[in-house]
Amino acid sequence: MNALTVLASSGGDEFQAPGPEIFDFPPLFSGGPAWLTKPVLFAVVGSLLICAFFWTAFAKPKLVPRGAQNLGEVGYMFVRDQIARPFLGKNTERWMPLLMSLFFLIWFWNIFSVIPIIQFPIASHIAFPIVLAIFVYCLKVYLGLRHQGAKYFTNMMPKGLPWPVYILLVPIEYLSTFIIAPFTHAVRLFANMFAGHMILAFFSLVGFWFIFEKPTVAGFGVGVVGVIVTILMTALELLIQFLQAFLFALLAAMYIQSGLEADH
Amino acid sequence: MITAASVLAAEENNPLVPHPYELVVGIFSFLVVLIVVGKILTPRIQQTLEERTDAIEGGLKRAEQAQEEARQTLEQYKAQQKDAAIEASRLRKKAEEQGAQIIAEMKEQAQAEARRIIDAAKAQIEAERQQALTSLRAEIGSMSVELASRVVGESLEDSARQSRVVDRFLEELEERARTQEQITS
Repeated sequence: MNALTVLASSGGDEFQAPGPEIFDFPPLFSGGPAWLTKPVLFAVVGSLLICAFFWTAFAKPKLVPRGAQNLGEVGYMFVRDQIARPFLGKNTERWMPLLMSLFFLIWFWNIFSVIPIIQFPIASHIAFPIVLAIFVYCLKVYLGLRHQGAKYFTNMMPKGLPWPVYILLVPIEYLSTFIIAPFTHAVRLFANMFAGHMILAFFSLVGFWFIFEKPTVAGFGVGVVGVIVTILMTALELLIQFLQAFLFALLAAMYIQSGLEADH
Repeated sequence: MITAASVLAAEENNPLVPHPYELVVGIFSFLVVLIVVGKILTPRIQQTLEERTDAIEGGLKRAEQAQEEARQTLEQYKAQQKDAAIEASRLRKKAEEQGAQIIAEMKEQAQAEARRIIDAAKAQIEAERQQALTSLRAEIGSMSVELASRVVGESLEDSARQSRVVDRFLEELEERARTQEQITS
């Protein structure tokens, strides 16, 4: 579908690689509000889907799990044991609601990248990672001030270094904790999804263009390569989608813990 | 700043500049998930998992208790069995002892009875002997006198006569004894 729109816009006989314009969407229907675009629609769909799934799984949880509850518990156990426990320890249970929401929302949004017809990773629009990263950032600072008070700003410094070192260290530490950390937190997710979508769009367009649109004897082989690479990249993307959701939630757990307790 | 950024985004489609409406939708989506999945559903599964742990631990504990109970019952049963065996052997021993005692008593009784019978018989024999002796003593006296009178009366003529007299006397004696025997028996 993306390939078609890009093709339509490129028009000419020459093959043109897709650019950032594939991330721009018109309103869903002509005359509709400008904000109601495909990413917006599927961002909401994703959040509703995840609510629906966990509603079927956990609405009436049984001691002996059946069906969806089994699946949901696998997800819960994964988030708890792989994401929350290593950082939060005894605080794990308290922060599971947030980490569950973060991990599964991001993962569902990412998976949309490879679902036919949707084929768009929501997090490749930077607004969505920014919302999540800012939320975690505010939470981190709030928890730090609440649990450590003013010491929050001194606790994060390594102790016992010769004093001239601190002249260099203090600005770097503050810069990294308060400015770079939230920025990279959001941008890492965004950039991975953005690049992944670009790559998939490029190779699927290569396949589409050289096999269906302008089939030539010389170009056919290139098209086949494009299709094969698209399939392989889709598999890789599935892994990266999962990995980025995992990493985002992992960092969130780490930031929360850094606010809760001094040692990190 | 934000308006400038959004204008920039609209004009140049800078992927690093967020669309304001997407920020709003992002907040909305995230809050919906946070409330439904985080606040409502996650605590439920946490509680269920906790209950399950409790149930499993409780089940294990109950099983342990049951096992312990069974073990105690078995021990009790074994002890009872042992007691019963001891009791049985004690009773058997007692019965054996009693039997032996009864047999011994019976034997003693029988022996006493036998002794009594023997004694009675002996006493009777002794009495009869005494009786015989008394009667003999009396008869021997008279017979001796008779014999002497005969011997004297016949006047000791010759030895042949004497011996005849003695023989006759003895025969008479035998005769008398025989008749006496016939009478007594």
